[in-house]
Amino acid sequence: MVEIDFNGLKLKNPVLAASGTFGYGIEYSDFVNLNDLGGFIVKGTTIDNREGNDYPRMTETASGMLNAVGLQNKGIDYFIENIYPKIKDYKTNILVNVSGSQIEDYVKVAEKVNELKAIPGIELNISCPNVKEGGMAFGTNCESAANVVKAVRKVYKKHLMVKLSPNVTDITTIAKVVEYEGANSVSLVNTFMGMAIDVKTRKPKLSTITGGLSGPAIKPIAVCLVWKVSNAVKIPVCGLGGIMSANDAIEFLLAGASAIQVGTANFINPKITTEIIEGIDNYCKINSIQKINEFRML
Amino acid sequence: MRQNIHFVTKYINNFKIAQNIKLNSEYFILELLCPEKLSEILPGQFVEVLVENSSNTFLRRPISIFDVNYENNSLKLLIKIIGDGTKKLSELSINSKLNLIYPLGNSYSLPNCKDVLLIGGGCGIAPLFYTAKFFKNYNVNFTLLLGFREKSQVILQKEFSELGKIFYTTDDGGFGERGNVLQHSILKNNNFEKIYSCGPEIMMKNIAIWAKNKNIDCEVSLENLMACGLGACLCCVQKTKSGNKCVCTEGPVFNVNDLLW
Ligand SMILES: Cc1cc2nc3c(=O)[nH]c(=O)nc-3n(C[C@H](O)[C@H](O)[C@H](O)COP(=O)(O)OP(=O)(O)OC[C@H]3O[C@@H](n4cnc5c(N)ncnc54)[C@H](O)[C@@H]3O)c2cc1C
Ligand SMILES: Cc1cc2nc3c(=O)[nH]c(=O)nc-3n(C[C@H](O)[C@H](O)[C@H](O)COP(=O)(O)O)c2cc1C
Ligand code: FES
Repeated sequence: MVEIDFNGLKLKNPVLAASGTFGYGIEYSDFVNLNDLGGFIVKGTTIDNREGNDYPRMTETASGMLNAVGLQNKGIDYFIENIYPKIKDYKTNILVNVSGSQIEDYVKVAEKVNELKAIPGIELNISCPNVKEGGMAFGTNCESAANVVKAVRKVYKKHLMVKLSPNVTDITTIAKVVEYEGANSVSLVNTFMGMAIDVKTRKPKLSTITGGLSGPAIKPIAVCLVWKVSNAVKIPVCGLGGIMSANDAIEFLLAGASAIQVGTANFINPKITTEIIEGIDNYCKINSIQKINEFRML
Repeated sequence: MRQNIHFVTKYINNFKIAQNIKLNSEYFILELLCPEKLSEILPGQFVEVLVENSSNTFLRRPISIFDVNYENNSLKLLIKIIGDGTKKLSELSINSKLNLIYPLGNSYSLPNCKDVLLIGGGCGIAPLFYTAKFFKNYNVNFTLLLGFREKSQVILQKEFSELGKIFYTTDDGGFGERGNVLQHSILKNNNFEKIYSCGPEIMMKNIAIWAKNKNIDCEVSLENLMACGLGACLCCVQKTKSGNKCVCTEGPVFNVNDLLW
């Protein structure tokens, strides 16, 4: 299998599980040997406990789903005391998805995660479309994206991956800003803002009216954005958005990503991450690929 | 019964359709053979079904376990056709495969009292069948009360009557007593110590209020929309007195005292 030096992060394969779709890994441990993964990214974690948005928070759409979970989590201290001890011994890269409403919150969470030995990196979530304050607001404006990355970079010493929002006019300018401020890599995409209305009741299907679209419906747009960003920055790109199979994952690698994440697909097939790893492995054998940068679009 | 769901192993398997029985225009039963030894299943637990070849069905569908047979490692599901996903399931042919994740969720608790009542409405009768069977094994003295809209909707009368004492209501009185389940005379003439319920939310809410007023312990099974069924996505949450809880792992069964109803 192709091992990857993802700007300092050693990945045994390019497959990670995406934040918010894989719980804390443990939820999938009956289906996947977590040690087989390139890594997994735990749920969006904030400084304080958050209850998230009201139900209904999810609706199915054509080849995808809209969610408006709104970063429900028990806060970083709870994570450190109760979850971290249960997952720290897995032999894979566990990243914490750091989320917040203000720069100070991101910084505080990043400082605390910096102390956790078994966490080699964070994924800075400046792209959540489902919170009223902060979240995506940071990732849709160059200045605020720069400010939050700069502030976190000061306190966070390990791998800093920044998760970009696709809900912008030009994602490459944000990617460049984030690179300039010291990010070690970028991941894209987070969900696309979307909405759905029940025509019988004439009410929105989500309590928050709008939500984030994920799943195969977004894949061609995500591939395109990954291609654009990987041509615009030098730091490695972790690609995601609608990956349902090994071929989908390979498409992202060919578009320029050095690693990929699997999100919504975990809900349909809880073993999908392992199956994608096997599929990529086969593809590499058939095509005599030994290094990740040998994945090239012709 | 069980406290922490994460200690119970979940499985994913291709089951084989042994039977697909049409009960009426809306309801059908799938009998599914597990290729391996079936793991222990508790009353009130459910499965997540993968619906294939239905372009409008992207996510799995949660369905309660209606019956269990450990001898031939089979499960039965009682399903009501609601939309495209359940319609596709109703069309499955014998010997075809159905991919399930199971067993999911907590369970109805075993009562530590004498007289218990199981109230089901519409497709909410599904988990109560196995629950009644399970209780019977533990010598629990239970009564069943099932509500339907009208006589033509009444299903599985023979199967339920073999389990024990059973009463019915229909809206027009065409079968059993007239009215909704809470209007049935057995509620006036008996002192039930515990109620277990599954059915439309409005029915369960009314039962919960009634039970609280009478100081009767009551458990209900919720049917929130789900994506993962594994406690990972947090899409299925229900507000409770101790914050948001996942219906798929901390439910589907809740004691009404924990809910904000
Ligand atoms: C824990 C649990 C156990 C269940 N057990 C059973 C069972 O034993 N038998 C059975 O027939 N059904 C059961 N259900 C409900 C079943 O999952 C839905 O009816 C099914 O998902 C509908 O799928 P569909 O594709 O046919 O309809 P869709 O096209 O998905 O839906 C049609 C309409 O019904 C609504 N709807 C869909 N699912 C639900 C739901 N869960 N609650 C309220 N409204 C909904 C949708 O919003 C939509 O408007 C259970 C649900 C849960 C959560
Ligand atoms: C239910 C749900 C919850 C999510 N929660 C988070 C989160 O907490 N933090 C985050 O950065 N992304 C979150 N995401 C976005 C995913 O990580 C991913 O970027 C997106 O779903 C696109 O990939 P996919 O199509 O493979 O799912 C969530 C997505 C879903 C569906
Ligand atoms: S359905 Fe995903 S947490 Fe319950």
